[in-house]
Amino acid sequence: MEKLVTLIPLFPLVGFLYIIFLGKGLSKNLIGGIGSGAIFLSFVTSIVVFSTQLGGGNPTIVKVFDWITAGTFDIDIAFIVDPLSTIYLLFITGVGFLIHVYSIGYMHDDEGFNRFIAYLNFFVFFMLILVLGDSYVTMFVGWEGVGLCSFMLIGFWYKDMKNNDAAKKAFVINRIGDLGLIIGMCMIFMQTGTLKYDDLFISGSEASSLNGWYLHAAAIFLFIGAMGKSAQIPLHTWLPDAMAGPTPVSALIHAATMVTAGIYMVARSSDIFASSEIASNVVVWAGLLTAILGATVALTQNDIKKVLAYSTVSQLGFMFVALGLGAYSIAVFHVITHAFFKALLFLGSGSVIHGMGGEQDIRRMGGLKKYMPTTHFTFLIGTIAISGIPPLAGFFSKDQIIAFAFEENMLVFVILSAASALTAFYMFRLYFLTFHGKFRGTHDQEHHLHESPKVMTIPLIVLAVLSIFGGLIGFPHALGHTIHFHHWLDHALEKTVVMPFLDMSLNMELLLMLVATLIAACSIYFAYNKYVTKGELALEDDEIESGTHKTLAAKYYFDEIYDALIRKPVDAASAFFAKVVEPTFIDGLVKSVSAIPTGLGSVAKLAQNGKMVMYVMAMILGLILILITLL
Amino acid sequence: MELLPNITINHYLLVSVALFSLGILGILLRRNAIIMFMCVELMLNAVNLMLVAFSKMWGQTDAQVFVFFIMVVAAAEVAVGLAILMMLYRNMNTTSTDVLDKLKW
Repeated sequence: MEKLVTLIPLFPLVGFLYIIFLGKGLSKNLIGGIGSGAIFLSFVTSIVVFSTQLGGGNPTIVKVFDWITAGTFDIDIAFIVDPLSTIYLLFITGVGFLIHVYSIGYMHDDEGFNRFIAYLNFFVFFMLILVLGDSYVTMFVGWEGVGLCSFMLIGFWYKDMKNNDAAKKAFVINRIGDLGLIIGMCMIFMQTGTLKYDDLFISGSEASSLNGWYLHAAAIFLFIGAMGKSAQIPLHTWLPDAMAGPTPVSALIHAATMVTAGIYMVARSSDIFASSEIASNVVVWAGLLTAILGATVALTQNDIKKVLAYSTVSQLGFMFVALGLGAYSIAVFHVITHAFFKALLFLGSGSVIHGMGGEQDIRRMGGLKKYMPTTHFTFLIGTIAISGIPPLAGFFSKDQIIAFAFEENMLVFVILSAASALTAFYMFRLYFLTFHGKFRGTHDQEHHLHESPKVMTIPLIVLAVLSIFGGLIGFPHALGHTIHFHHWLDHALEKTVVMPFLDMSLNMELLLMLVATLIAACSIYFAYNKYVTKGELALEDDEIESGTHKTLAAKYYFDEIYDALIRKPVDAASAFFAKVVEPTFIDGLVKSVSAIPTGLGSVAKLAQNGKMVMYVMAMILGLILILITLL
Repeated sequence: MELLPNITINHYLLVSVALFSLGILGILLRRNAIIMFMCVELMLNAVNLMLVAFSKMWGQTDAQVFVFFIMVVAAAEVAVGLAILMMLYRNMNTTSTDVLDKLKW
């Protein structure tokens, strides 16, 4: 049964190749069908493979072929089947399938339709390689692959230079993280001599031979890799810009799958992180900073996708806090619920943008409730889910992270609760401004408003259902249920390290849930009061007066700071090298070398003057000279 | 050698050298490309004469074969060379090598 795992990445790859090379001239529906069908086959296979792990998780390595063999170093193309990888498989292929179907409707009128579906397939292929690879090296192949696909998809509408810039930015910032990951991998290899998970964590325990500063440094470098991919401060600036891509891309790559690769990698390396307290603390504080800064920036954004982008950044921060606190399975749980509701929200926003004819500014929306009932209803479910109202998916995962923080560190708990309250506020701000009140767009837009086609709304409905019930897989202990999910996943993740587990009293846990729910409810009430009862609107750019608001609207000036600290000096250095070093030193050297033959040549060329008599004379004199010497 | 017993190899060589020298002098002193061409032919035939003379002296035919080759090459060379000169004359209206000195650096 486990052998079937090799088919899972194969389907999207075949889909990609088929559409790219043989897709010309086929109808759009057929291309869409091939693309989604490939992912659906992967999904079905994933379920089969997943079922082998239900009995408690017995990691299996399925080897496909040898890849690198050099002395004692060998890396196979092999797939790991264990609870962590299979749970990722399920939501990558499941959510991926829904987004493929949605794309058929969303991208239907785009001239690059085939290319789009092909890229999506290619992306899913690499994401599956990332998750299934049995060593850091194989994972890195997928890691780079998703980065590449992300680049191609962000810059999908390449005729607009702005999109290309966003794509380049994502690529370059990810390179910084990737360098960290490579260094981390090298450090692990230097001490343990292997990069296979099996030797490091599962059958062997080579990871335990990492020690001292080596251990901390390796863990921190790995985390830098995760920071780049999962958009943690200070490497988060690419993600909001990545919204330049088509909306299904934002939903698939920048919310549900690729950005969670960092979480996957840290969870996979949980043995290393668990034994390094320093690295774990770095993870917690980086995550915490990201969670709160992301949430505050989201308060002031007016682009519907930017709000969701910062919300994603913030939610990823939550996951890293959980990872840093040692609650690996809870982080993965939040990844799953987040994949459901964030994909739902992004696709919902895509549906809104589709209906608005490309408008993304919530100041030009309002009152869409009556025009787009399905989108409205599903978007509302997503909003409630992310806000943490029971019993929707977001509540369970987020509440468990916060409960964990409460137990470990009061300060972390307070900041997370604040971020969580802000989440509820900005999400409902977005919801009220978009769907309630009066329509504020142009007359043309109002005339054009329509509900999206079924091919787009059905994925929304499915995701809405998942957002409602998805949390139940991690039903909390306090409500009279053993947490199978966590026991099952922890078993797979932790072999040497004992997991810290919630051991607070039942009443305490219930109380925390109540408090969290109340906080969320209060935030929602404030948002309702401000944007519906009082009917306030988001400020236009030139109306913003308070300094805090300006700072937030400018996203804490991260881009400007990077511009001043990195781009400007680099530009200045480039200009210096181009205008001074290159012409004087490099060109000077090359030109002085070429001057030697030129100078000699100008003397020698006097001999070749085109006078035939001279040539003949030279020939004869030469002959005579030779004769004289010989005789 | 019976018919002209007084004529030895040295006489042949003298004639040959004289012809060859005339050829060289012609090339060096004349400016008309056609004349220079004729001088080259003269030099080739001087060599031919010498080859035949030595061939007779040693009683071997190898050198005579060479002579045929040289004659063939000379004929081919004349064909090509005269064609070039024709074109030159048509374009430049002269065959003087003083004027024809464009082919340099």
